[in-house]
Amino acid sequence: MPSAWAFLSRRHGRIRADWTDWVTYAYLMLGVLVMLLPVLWVVLSSFKSEGNLLEFPPTVLPETIESVKVEGYNRPLALFRVKRDDGSEVLMAQVRRVGIRAQMVDPANPGAGRVVVPVERATALRKVHVSTENYSKLLATASGRIGSSVYNTVFITVVATLITLVMNSMAAFALSKYRFRGSNVALLAILATLMIPATVVLVPIYLIVSELGLNNSLWGVILPGLSTPTGVFLLRQYMLTIPDELLEAARMDHASEWRIYWRVVLPLATPALAVVAIFSIMSRWNDFLLPLIVLSRPEVHTLQIALAGFTDENGIQYGMLLAMTTLTALPLALGFIFLQRYITTGIASTGIK
Amino acid sequence: MSGGTQRVPRWIPWAFLAPNLAIIALFSLAPVAINVLYSVTGSDNLYPSERPFVGLDNYRTLLDCESYLDPSSCSRDLFWRALGNALVFVPTQVLAMIGVALLTAVALNRDIRARGFFRGVFFFPVMLSPVVVAMTWVWLLQRDGAVNGILGSLGFLKVSWLADPTRAFRWSVFVTVWAHMGFYMVILLAGLQSIPADLYEAAKMDRASPWRVFTRITLPLLKPVLLVVFILATIRSVQTFDEIYILTGGGPGSATKMMVHYIYETGFAVQPRNYGLAAAASLLLGAVLLLFTALQMRLARGGRDA
Repeated sequence: MPSAWAFLSRRHGRIRADWTDWVTYAYLMLGVLVMLLPVLWVVLSSFKSEGNLLEFPPTVLPETIESVKVEGYNRPLALFRVKRDDGSEVLMAQVRRVGIRAQMVDPANPGAGRVVVPVERATALRKVHVSTENYSKLLATASGRIGSSVYNTVFITVVATLITLVMNSMAAFALSKYRFRGSNVALLAILATLMIPATVVLVPIYLIVSELGLNNSLWGVILPGLSTPTGVFLLRQYMLTIPDELLEAARMDHASEWRIYWRVVLPLATPALAVVAIFSIMSRWNDFLLPLIVLSRPEVHTLQIALAGFTDENGIQYGMLLAMTTLTALPLALGFIFLQRYITTGIASTGIK
Repeated sequence: MSGGTQRVPRWIPWAFLAPNLAIIALFSLAPVAINVLYSVTGSDNLYPSERPFVGLDNYRTLLDCESYLDPSSCSRDLFWRALGNALVFVPTQVLAMIGVALLTAVALNRDIRARGFFRGVFFFPVMLSPVVVAMTWVWLLQRDGAVNGILGSLGFLKVSWLADPTRAFRWSVFVTVWAHMGFYMVILLAGLQSIPADLYEAAKMDRASPWRVFTRITLPLLKPVLLVVFILATIRSVQTFDEIYILTGGGPGSATKMMVHYIYETGFAVQPRNYGLAAAASLLLGAVLLLFTALQMRLARGGRDA
C-alpha cells in the first residue's frame, strides 16, 4: 500500500501532490462517471432480453432467469430458490404463477407433483446472459427499412464529403494562390454565410430543394451543405503556407492550372483536407433537421430519422431502440478513438463542428 | 506572389470559385431574400409567385398580444412561450456550459496523469448525434430507468422526470450541456495552453493563492477565447432543437418548446403549413442572433477599454 500511495501521488518536479491535485482528480473521476456511464448503460442495456429490460430496479448486467427442462412439461421452466419453513433452501421449477402464489415442481423428481409456494419465499435463480435478440429483431422486423437507412446515410456521408473536399479546396486554391480583383469580396461572401444558420432559412431551402425536384431525394440533403465556410478558410490558411515556387516550376513545365491544383497543391494539403473530411463526415452522419424536412418517405430515411421514429408510433420499443442507438453511435465512436487528436486540434484552431 | 501569375487568364480563379459561389448563392443568399418574401405573403402555397401579398400581417399575427407578460393572451401563444423558454434556457444553459467547460479545461490543463484519456471522456459526447444523445437520456430517465433505479436503492420514490415542466426543463439544460460541453472545453483548453508558463512560475514565486492566480492571470489572458466561446455557445443555444425535440417533444405542454421547434412545427409539421408565419418567426430569430453577437462584441470592447 505505501508504495502504491507513493506512486499515485508522485509528481513531476515535486515529491508529493497537494490538496488541489486531489480535488482535480476527484472532479475528473466524477466527470468520467457522468460522461461515460450513460452511454455504457445504453450499450449494456441493448444486450438485455425483453423481460430483463422491463425489470425494476434494472439489473446492472444483462441477466436472465435460469430455466430447466422438466419431464412432462413442454417448455423450459424458470428455476427458483425456495425457502422452506425450517430455513433451508431448495431448488424448484415454477410451472405457473397465480397472484401471490406459484405452483412449483421439484425438477429432480417431477413425479412428486406440484407444490403451492407463496411468491415472497421464492427468489429467481439468475445468470448473466448476453442476449442479441434486440439486434436480430431490429434486422428482421425492419429488414428493408434498416438496410436502406444505413445505405442512405452512408451514401449521403461519403458523396457529400467527397464533393465538399473538392469544392472547398478549389475555392481555397483560388483564394490562396491567385491575386485577383474581388478575391477579398469572395472570401468575405463565403465567410459571411456563417452568419446565416440553416435553422433560419429552413423554409426557403425547402422551396429551392423542391423546385430542383429533389424532394425525397438524397441529393436534396447533400447539396445545401456542400460549401462549408470554415472548411474553405481552414484550407486557404493551409495552402498559403505552400511555397509559390512549386506552382511556378509546374507552370514552366506547361502544366495546366487544373493540373497544378490537382497534382501539386491538393496532395500537399492532405493534413488540412483530413480535418475538413472528419468534420464533414461527423456533421453529415449526425445531421437531423434537413433530412427531417426534405426526406419524408420511409425509403429515403437516414439512420437518425429512423432512430428518432422509434419514439412516436405505439409508444417506445426500448429493445430495438437501444440496439439502433448503439449501432448508430458505433461508427463515430470507433472513428473518434483513432482520430481524437485531429478532431480536437481542428476544433481548437477553427471553432468548427 | 511572383510575376509568373500574370500569365494566368483572369477567369481562372473564378472558375475555381464557381461551384462554391453557386452553392452559396443558391442555398445561403437566395434563401435570405426568399425568406423575406415568404414573411410578407400569405396562404399555404409553397411558391412565392402564387402567394398573395399580405404586408406585415405575419409579423402582426406573431406579435399580436393583449399582454406581453401573458403568453395565453397572444394569438400565437406558442411563439411567445418558445420565446419565454429561450429567455430562461439560453442564459442558464450558456452559463452552465461555459462554467463546466472552463472548470474541466482548467482541471485538464494541470499537470495530471492520463490527460488524453480524461480529455477524450469529456469530449466524446460531441461526436454523438443529437438523436443518440436524446435517446440515451430518454432511456435513463424513463420511469423504470437507471436514474430512478439508483435513487430507489437510496430509498427515494420513482419520479417521472420528463412529465413535470420544471424537471423536464432542467433535464433539457443538463442534457444539452452534457452533449456539447466538450466542444467548448477543447477550445478553452487550447486557450489555456497558450498562456505562457513563466507567468505561472512568477506567481508561484510570489506565493499567490490558486484562486488569485486564476482570477489575475488565467481569466484576463483567456478573455478573447472566452468571448469566442460565449458567442458560439449563445448562437447555438438559441438554435437548440434536435435533442430537446426528441427528449421531451417540447413538452410537457410547451415547457421545453424552443424557437426552432416552433418554426419547424408552424412551417412543416402542422397542417396547413404556414410558411409565412414560419419565415417571419425565423427572421425574428435571425435578428435575435445578430443582436446577441453584436451585444457580446460590444461588451468585449467595453471591457477592454475599461
